[in-house]
Amino acid sequence: MSEQLYPISIEVNGTLREALVPARLSLVDFLRDTLRLTGTHAGCEHGICGACSVLLDGEPVRSCLMYAVQADGRKLTTIEGLAQPDGTPGALQDAFCEAHATQCGFCTPGMVISAHALLETNPAPSEHEIREAIGGNLCRCTGYQQIVDAIKLAAAKREAPTP
Amino acid sequence: MSAAAQKGFRYIGKKRRTKEDPRFVTGRGRFVADIALAGMKHVALVTSPHAAARIKAIRADRALALAGVHCVLTGAELCAAVEPLLPGVDAPKVTRYPLAHGVVRYAGEWVAAVVADTRALAEDAAERIEVDYEPAEYVLDPEKAVLPGSVLVHPLHGSNVLYRRKFVWGPVEADFARAEHKLALRVRWGRSATVPIETFGVAAQWDPGRQLLDVWASIQMPKYPDQTARALRLPGNAVRVHFDVDVGGSFGVKRGLKHTVLVGYLARKLGYPVRLIEDRLENMRGGDMHGPDRIFDVQVAFDGDGTIRSLKIRALDDVGAYAGRSPLQLGKPVGAIVGPYQIHSVEYEPISVMTNKTAQEAVRGFGQSPTNYALETAIDRVARHLGMDRIALRQKNFIRKDQFPYLIPSGTSYDSGDFHTVLDKALAAADYPALLAARDAARRAGRLAGIGISSCLEPSGGNSAFEPLFNPKNETTTWMDSCLVRVDLSGAITGVMNTSSAGQGHDTLVATVLGEVLERAPDTIRVVHADSLNALPSNSPVGSRMAIMLGGAAAGAARKIKAALFAIAAHKLNQDLADLEYHEGSVSVKGDAKRMLSWDQLVEIAHRKFHQMPSGLEPGLQAKFVWEVPTGGALPTADGRIQMYPCFSFEAHVVLVEIDPATGQPKLVRYACGHDCGVMISPDIVHGMTCGGIAHGIGAALYEKFAYSDNGQLESQSFMDYLIPSAMEVPAIAIVDHCSPSPHTSFGQKGSGEAGYLGAPAAIACAVNDALAPLGTSIDALPMTPLQIWTRMRDVRAGN
Repeated sequence: MSEQLYPISIEVNGTLREALVPARLSLVDFLRDTLRLTGTHAGCEHGICGACSVLLDGEPVRSCLMYAVQADGRKLTTIEGLAQPDGTPGALQDAFCEAHATQCGFCTPGMVISAHALLETNPAPSEHEIREAIGGNLCRCTGYQQIVDAIKLAAAKREAPTP
Repeated sequence: MSAAAQKGFRYIGKKRRTKEDPRFVTGRGRFVADIALAGMKHVALVTSPHAAARIKAIRADRALALAGVHCVLTGAELCAAVEPLLPGVDAPKVTRYPLAHGVVRYAGEWVAAVVADTRALAEDAAERIEVDYEPAEYVLDPEKAVLPGSVLVHPLHGSNVLYRRKFVWGPVEADFARAEHKLALRVRWGRSATVPIETFGVAAQWDPGRQLLDVWASIQMPKYPDQTARALRLPGNAVRVHFDVDVGGSFGVKRGLKHTVLVGYLARKLGYPVRLIEDRLENMRGGDMHGPDRIFDVQVAFDGDGTIRSLKIRALDDVGAYAGRSPLQLGKPVGAIVGPYQIHSVEYEPISVMTNKTAQEAVRGFGQSPTNYALETAIDRVARHLGMDRIALRQKNFIRKDQFPYLIPSGTSYDSGDFHTVLDKALAAADYPALLAARDAARRAGRLAGIGISSCLEPSGGNSAFEPLFNPKNETTTWMDSCLVRVDLSGAITGVMNTSSAGQGHDTLVATVLGEVLERAPDTIRVVHADSLNALPSNSPVGSRMAIMLGGAAAGAARKIKAALFAIAAHKLNQDLADLEYHEGSVSVKGDAKRMLSWDQLVEIAHRKFHQMPSGLEPGLQAKFVWEVPTGGALPTADGRIQMYPCFSFEAHVVLVEIDPATGQPKLVRYACGHDCGVMISPDIVHGMTCGGIAHGIGAALYEKFAYSDNGQLESQSFMDYLIPSAMEVPAIAIVDHCSPSPHTSFGQKGSGEAGYLGAPAAIACAVNDALAPLGTSIDALPMTPLQIWTRMRDVRAGN
């Protein structure tokens, strides 16, 4: 059964990526299987767990609930795109390391994406606002406490950047 | 004492970053679904729509007609080609295969597997497979399934009972006769599980030239390579499991043996790599990873002053249609069957019964958390019966810190603890007087509010003594773990562990321990996971064992390295060992620091200068250490007494809950947990796992349930029906540490992988019932969902 393919062009982490994809290919499968950006994880594939979160033109979205063709012409940022150019952790990711906000690491990319989106719009969130912002990202390991701590830490570091 | 025990270390117990976090935060983990093998094909599954049925015919022509579809496998072929997977107890007629053959025994059971170029195509093809079923009778209620004359899930076994025994430890009847009071209660632990955010997955590749099956899996399972090989009728050394795969959470359940046998068979049959990554529906319905589903009937004998004399516990566990190690989940609680209390005698009747539901697998705590819930509910009932304060009752019956080692009636000796102090610390952290005031103020304002207390043990050090206890034919008395340490020519240290990790931070554990013993910076130490053909013996991270067992093995191996360095220096410096001292890798003569060999010099001698080596010492610098579980090694007595696990962590939970009268939604207003797991090697890791365990316990207590309809259909098949607590349901948690070192371990450490989960459900259930107490009602089944609470409030108000 040969499927009709559609050309798409998406800016992913600052690089233009072009591909021919079937209409039913989900965005998460496109990122993982076609582009081999495996930091974006598929946890439930029905839009609840948030492990597949990416930034679409800066807004956090579930890449399991979108088709790749719907992202045509848009800008995407994945977890890999939040690292420094040499692949070492960016500032928010570093705060996750400092607070030990990961255990198995499976939900982590989605958590970091949601936290990044929060801090972009609300640089000094309250604990309640943090919990609300990650309320759509399920974590089974941490009980969320160290994740909340990490986001607080990242916010504080943004407020007072090291000279 | 406690603070002192945690001090005196260079790296242990210090705030340090973990080795694993950087790769996870940047999306550079390597999970099973990230592994791309050239030419890999994908599996999708056809599953049973019936709770029980005879399979009359399977027609796959329309699936096979699709381009890119390579194979449709059914049970008829597979079951003839592989060995059955057997339950952990002696029930040889209860056979289980990856695919159903002839009959299906639960809705969701795998009936056929499709292999295609892509997963999407395999799913398309699966929809084209037609199966004719003849529906059959089924049994869903474990209390009916246990009765003679019930519909049988496995007729050849002759009954639905997989395991049943009544243990009597001590003069139970005499203690009951002598006690001033008795009461009985029934509580039910609902069918939930750990439900990791990563589903189970496995990829396999057969190499015909080497006659070798390579396996990558998100696995957390003792003896997994051996069991895979046995089922596939291969020698053990023809299966190589790659343990350098990050596992996206497990907490016990990731025992995908049936998945692995299926994929391994397909890879070998088809000649190309094959993988199966469960989708969420497959995971929840046919992944065979449900948890305990248990009815407890508890009787307590006690005196008017609160002294608890004896217990009778009957635990009926619904394991579903098949069993792996799940019947044994009734066995582990034997090792902490009296909880933290001085109770003189116990009767325990575990009953493992099969029904037409998804199979049960190991879940965090291996049956201990349900048992703790039953015990703690019983303690609360005693307090209410006597009009006695719940805390005072617990303090009265706690084993005192001067009584350790303390032998409980079922034959296990608790190693150490200070239960009174830890509970006091938890109460202080929660500001208990303020908590009482807040509860009472809420009640005066017409709201429902309650306080919950629980105190319980976390048996740790993961032995497998329940195997011989529940199956005399199984004489397993070791559950060792191992570590290999290499110092290379550059002087860099590599620690080798022998299983995969599922978020427990084992790389950090091994590096910290090696760094501690060798006085070398843990950040410079690499930790690798050997594949199963290179691995030393291990029993995987189960039963809160790795800080104890892998930590102990790493310490043992590092001490051997240190001893070799001493021997080299003694020979080179012509000194007695007793005259030498070690400092950060160099060895010098005591009182003469100039006569010293540096780490680099010692390493160079070991690797290059055999002529400078003492006789009898192997060249190179490596050491292995294989450690038997401390206190292990014995078979149970005839009356079923056994030292179950070596170490016992303790936790005390204090929680204030308020219930929304309009919706029944419980809100956890304040949560404190006092925790004693001996010496903490990595406090951040311990605290993270404890908070995570509490969050998981909140789910088990209030939200999570694999519910079945009356016709045997699983009703919670997605995260829209099976509710995992989010950051909005889990409150800020105050954890207070205490340290009662274990005398059995290398640094005084105990286990903590199950922490939080073992006491949270009991405490939360107790808090909800305290909130409902003014209405004169209680709920005795988990989960206490908002709907159940609301329904109960409505019924009470309506006078029902």
